[in-house]
Amino acid sequence: MTQSGQATMTETAPLLDGTPGVIADWSSDQRAFKKTPWGKAMMWIFLLSDTFIFSCFLISYGTVRMSTTIPWPNASEVFALTMFGNHVPLLLIAIMTFVLITSSGTMALAVNFGYRKDRMTCFWLLLATALLGATFVGMQAYEWTKLIVEEGVRPWGNPMGAPQFGAIFFMVTGFHGTHVSIGVLFLFIMAVKVVRGKMDREEPGFMTGRPQDYGMVEVMGLYWHFVDLVWVFIFAVFYLW
Amino acid sequence: MSTSTTEGQQHPLGIYFQIWILLFVLSGFSYAVDYFQFEGYLRWFLVCVFMMLKAGLIVAVFMHMIWERLALVYAIIVPPLLLLVFVGIGTLEGDYTFLTREIFFGGAE
Repeated sequence: MTQSGQATMTETAPLLDGTPGVIADWSSDQRAFKKTPWGKAMMWIFLLSDTFIFSCFLISYGTVRMSTTIPWPNASEVFALTMFGNHVPLLLIAIMTFVLITSSGTMALAVNFGYRKDRMTCFWLLLATALLGATFVGMQAYEWTKLIVEEGVRPWGNPMGAPQFGAIFFMVTGFHGTHVSIGVLFLFIMAVKVVRGKMDREEPGFMTGRPQDYGMVEVMGLYWHFVDLVWVFIFAVFYLW
Repeated sequence: MSTSTTEGQQHPLGIYFQIWILLFVLSGFSYAVDYFQFEGYLRWFLVCVFMMLKAGLIVAVFMHMIWERLALVYAIIVPPLLLLVFVGIGTLEGDYTFLTREIFFGGAE
């Protein structure tokens, strides 16, 4: 790192690490996120905004639940399943959690194999992720049906306790389920792109016209892991409270 | 921390499998908290610990945050800390509403 190199601070200047690096990156009068493709930075910023949306839901839920004088329905009982004559609490939710974590694992591997230019392995892993995501949405549809038809839960009331339960439940899990569904759709699109070799040939993208590469799979992965991340919080505060 | 020189994230497969297994185990623990019906502060403590550990592992390794430059890490991780203030406000408001409801509607039932 020479004096002249620091003075000009071009993109090729050596990058600092640690806290001096943070200051240097932000004060460089250039792009702040060095070595980060724009797509990845934009996805992270989108996910940050989504974090605030989900947090608003969960904090509202907490406030509503704390302020109600009527007992809240016991999630452990509401979401119990009877399997082989045994009454197992929260079973469906536990299975959904494991399905989503499994899909997160296959997604992480898909990103890795993508960067290895292993086209077919990346494709199969993306497809597996999409199918596991679809399984999750399917189980959620079953859960909603069971709650609406058998338990009589409505957004304005339910037979088990506080009437706000339904409103919060449908809002939070519905918004999360929408995220999963959109993710599944884009996973299928990404899988088709990969298997057609568009990343290997760096063909221009349909929307942007920019050359496509396996970095797109990583950005897709960020979104998918975020969906799993949100579920971690929903599982903890909604189902385990 | 962030020593990546390339734009793509390339890491050995082993770490993904380790984190994957760890996430399964932690989810199993979370479920066990409900299955064995732990109550009170112990339940809350365990639920929060497992939640934060899982969230941390997903963000750090699966989303490659530990390998990103610190400028990006701070830009993404610091703003959500504001949510803690929000949680505090929500708690105060929830308690206050509960008390008012108890006073004005509690006796009528």
